[in-house]
Amino acid sequence: MRENDGQQFGRLPATDDDREVEGRPSRAAVVDFWQDRYGIPTATWDDYTFWERGAGKLWAFRGDVPSPARIQGLGMAVLRTGGEHWKPTTNAVQRFGGLATDCVIELNDAEARAFLAGRDQELPRWNGDWGYLIASHELAGESEPIGVGLYLHGELRSQVPKGRQREL
Amino acid sequence: MDDPLARYEPILDDYEAFRAACERPLPQVVRVNTIKATVVRAERALKEAGVGYEPVGWNDELLAVDTDKPGNTWPYVHGWLYGQEEVSAVPAVVCDPDPGDRVFDPCAAPGSKTTHLAALMDDEGLLVANDSNLGRLSALRSNAERCGLTNVAVTKSDARNFSLAPFGGEGFDRAVVDVPCSCEGTIRKNPDALDEWSLDHVDGVAGIQKGILSRAIEVTRPGGTVVYSTCTFAPEENEAVVDHALAEHDVELVEYDLPLSTRAGLTSWDGETYNASLNRAKRIYPHLNDTGGFFCAKLEVAA
Repeated sequence: MRENDGQQFGRLPATDDDREVEGRPSRAAVVDFWQDRYGIPTATWDDYTFWERGAGKLWAFRGDVPSPARIQGLGMAVLRTGGEHWKPTTNAVQRFGGLATDCVIELNDAEARAFLAGRDQELPRWNGDWGYLIASHELAGESEPIGVGLYLHGELRSQVPKGRQREL
Repeated sequence: MDDPLARYEPILDDYEAFRAACERPLPQVVRVNTIKATVVRAERALKEAGVGYEPVGWNDELLAVDTDKPGNTWPYVHGWLYGQEEVSAVPAVVCDPDPGDRVFDPCAAPGSKTTHLAALMDDEGLLVANDSNLGRLSALRSNAERCGLTNVAVTKSDARNFSLAPFGGEGFDRAVVDVPCSCEGTIRKNPDALDEWSLDHVDGVAGIQKGILSRAIEVTRPGGTVVYSTCTFAPEENEAVVDHALAEHDVELVEYDLPLSTRAGLTSWDGETYNASLNRAKRIYPHLNDTGGFFCAKLEVAA
């Protein structure tokens, strides 16, 4: 097994059995993760290839290029798999979170503003799974995902990156 | 030169109106990012945010807004809006890519053209966004990700030496060559845009522009489209650069429609004469549509 090279994009193997780089998740595991945790249909990713650049940082690219690719960006960073639990990125949730049926917490206007500002808040009304949730709010007549929150012990901890935080 | 814009008095039919427009601030315009929202939904979100808006008229996705901070609204946070100069939407519109195309954006940062091209492609196909500067690439990547692009590959190289190797050596269907320039046309947004102006700088940057346009033509397939644009009035960076490409490569300038008031490209300047087809290029002056200044030419690579 090779080690992951953080300077280049390597395509994820189709399954665990095809793995050539140590610790790299398979495409099947990534697609299953979105389905199992959030209910995002596996067909969502039919046109996508998945890539790793930097240990545990996974990217989704709508198309394909030769692997490895020594370039600066390839599609969108969608997942971090380095920690105990896989963590979706804000951008992935904004783009694909609208397809989710599970682990979506709806915020009212004040809660949504606090979440965007990066503040943690007590939200004991949630009685679903703990862990990384998709935080959403109503905008222009429909629910629209804002980002990822970590839900633990009745509290929703905003994971909105500092550069995306705002006081509206 | 104390007054670089005075050079253009002989080629303008309403020089006073041109100078007066250059003194006025520019209206704030946003483009609706159709990868993430429809125009109708973005308009509704602006209304909910208390922001007044008005379509610019020639393009449904461009809205003039009555705030100078559109970034502090929910629709911006969700990547539904991209703040840009109205005329900077011209090259992607003229390029007119289809979903599934392979498209090249050699001078991509900070990303208004890239994100617009991706939206016109419905985020389908390959969009290669290149820039030479790491700091500007970081802005490009964050704009692309906020706008939800997933079909974009970002490269860092001098566009004059761009390599197709990461993309299997296969060329592009279209390119938008929006080159670094002397930026005379941004004077309404940056009143100090001309402080460092010199003819030496114009001539120097024109040499780089020729190299970038040449490389873009080389990596575009026969029959493909290359759009060349700048935000400057200087003919040395506009018609002269395209004239050079016409002489060096098997390409031709083609007519195109643009629902804005424009003037034809020049066929002579300062004792030089250019290929007669340069009248198919378009010049946009600030007083014609109450915008920034712009130049845009559409080339087709011989099949």
